[in-house]
Amino acid sequence: MTSATLAGLVGAALVGLGLYGLIANPQPLRKILAFNLMGSGVFLVFGIVARKGAGAGLQADPVPQAMVITGIVVAFAASALAVALVLRLFEAAGRATLNPDGWTEPPGDGAGAE
Amino acid sequence: MTVDSSAIAATAGGSLLPLAILVPALGVLLSFLIGGRRAEWIALGLMPLEFAVAVAIACLVWRSGQPLVYTLAGYAPPLGIALRADGFSAVMLLTAGLIAPAAALYARTNFATPPETEKRAPLVFWTLLQGIHAALSLVFLGGDLFNLYVGLELLTFAAVPLGSLDGRPETVAAALRYLLFALFGSVFYLLGVALLYGAYGTLDIALLAPLVRPEPAVWLAAGLITAGLLAKTALFPLHLWLPPAHANAPAAASAVLSGLVVKGSFFLVVRLWFDVLAALPGVIPGTILAGLGSAAILFGSVLALRQARLKLLIAYSTVAQIGYLFMMFPLASGPWAADAFSGGVMQAISHAFAKAAMFLSAGLVAESLGHDRIAGLDGAARAMPVTFLALGLGGLSLMGLPPSGGFVAKWLLMKASIASGQWLWAIVMAAGGLLAGGYLYRVLAPALSGESPALKKAPARSRESIALALALVALLLAFAPPSFFAFLQIGRPAAGLALQ
Repeated sequence: MTSATLAGLVGAALVGLGLYGLIANPQPLRKILAFNLMGSGVFLVFGIVARKGAGAGLQADPVPQAMVITGIVVAFAASALAVALVLRLFEAAGRATLNPDGWTEPPGDGAGAE
Repeated sequence: MTVDSSAIAATAGGSLLPLAILVPALGVLLSFLIGGRRAEWIALGLMPLEFAVAVAIACLVWRSGQPLVYTLAGYAPPLGIALRADGFSAVMLLTAGLIAPAAALYARTNFATPPETEKRAPLVFWTLLQGIHAALSLVFLGGDLFNLYVGLELLTFAAVPLGSLDGRPETVAAALRYLLFALFGSVFYLLGVALLYGAYGTLDIALLAPLVRPEPAVWLAAGLITAGLLAKTALFPLHLWLPPAHANAPAAASAVLSGLVVKGSFFLVVRLWFDVLAALPGVIPGTILAGLGSAAILFGSVLALRQARLKLLIAYSTVAQIGYLFMMFPLASGPWAADAFSGGVMQAISHAFAKAAMFLSAGLVAESLGHDRIAGLDGAARAMPVTFLALGLGGLSLMGLPPSGGFVAKWLLMKASIASGQWLWAIVMAAGGLLAGGYLYRVLAPALSGESPALKKAPARSRESIALALALVALLLAFAPPSFFAFLQIGRPAAGLALQ
């Protein structure tokens, strides 16, 4: 087994573990961590693609690395947004859970608070 | 199939394409820089310009009969990134260019800039609305799968907070659930893109299409990308996030989210299967997509029948109407392919206008009555006839009754499914129309009978007219001339999915 194959398998395993966590964990913060685990797996796969020179047959291909950097920025922004929403939910409801005890009646159109 | 050299070289008038993305993006930056007090005016001021750019792009595509192409910084793919506008892109740009200003004008009451102090909700609303517009333009024009990923993420990040502006716990929870589904979708999309790049070394759609062969890596990538996009489009069974997120958002935001945002990821599913993967045998994946669509139609309609609140009913009807969009996929090869494609696109546009009209009307109902419980709607149509007229006309399109865009869409799709011998889809679509009639009857029948209730305040005439105008556009789409459907075919490979 070459190191590239091994790294690819590890990437696939990370995606699988993250997916399981994203679906199975009830806590939002753990779901966010699981999403980041999945993201790391994908970045690893991108790294293997770069190492193999992709379909272009190059020694090493810089394009996937640029994509990984963009992907990391996007994943960071997504995590920040998700954590901000979890914090906001905790402030508003006193607990951060995705299962509220039922929807309350909306006050009018629902706009205007804050 | 070889690379069409015209698909990677810039065309005349191509420089309009970045404008469609840059103008709303400039609005976002200006709103941040100059400050919250002026965000409303920046958004409203730039919208006519954005619409003019969309009209100009459509005119150029129409006149040349070819897709417009722009290469960023003059570098042709695979080195550079191309933007492309075909008939479908141009029509979607026009739809976004009309619905965003309608929602903005409607929202001026709810998100008015306060005269004294700067408030956060209006600033965020006006900034995010422009962000959604910029991201949608990028999604409709992007010619590179990774560039489209960035557009898709921008769309998600702009759309998620829009639903939770009032900060009530249930809206924040709905936004968080929406974000988690969307992030699941992003990772799957990105993994699929990595596999495609690994297999072929390019992500440009025009360069990728002739290279694609039915091999394991491509099937895996196609499955991952499609699953990711379906989570963002809220196709059954990945629809769980949509009803709470859309029903609890402010009405103007619901109109944009239900009318436009879910169409962004649907647009990419069409791009993927019709342009990138046109060489794959499309029957089995098409049947799976339409099977999920059928389940969405039946399940969404039945749940809409059981809702107690008007906005939740409309949100579940979105789940059902998204199902119709996916009926085009198994019908996309053969002599009926053009009908199926036109039907799917028509469904996307007419649903966008009809659903925006209905959410805006439902917002007016909720503001005027102080609630949106369906049990408490008795006689409401007597007190606000124009609002319920807009609601009813939008509903006409959902049911698929003539004359409406929804009728044309469902007629074309049913015609294609019968011509191809795939009767099952036609039966499901007919059943969905009947169920839609049922849930609209639940709203309209009590509203049209009984005593007129006391209103907290009558809906403003101008806001009623906005909802009515959107519903009328959905109606007028029924009179689209044959040349409109010819326009939709511009940039489409003549054979569609028929290459197997």
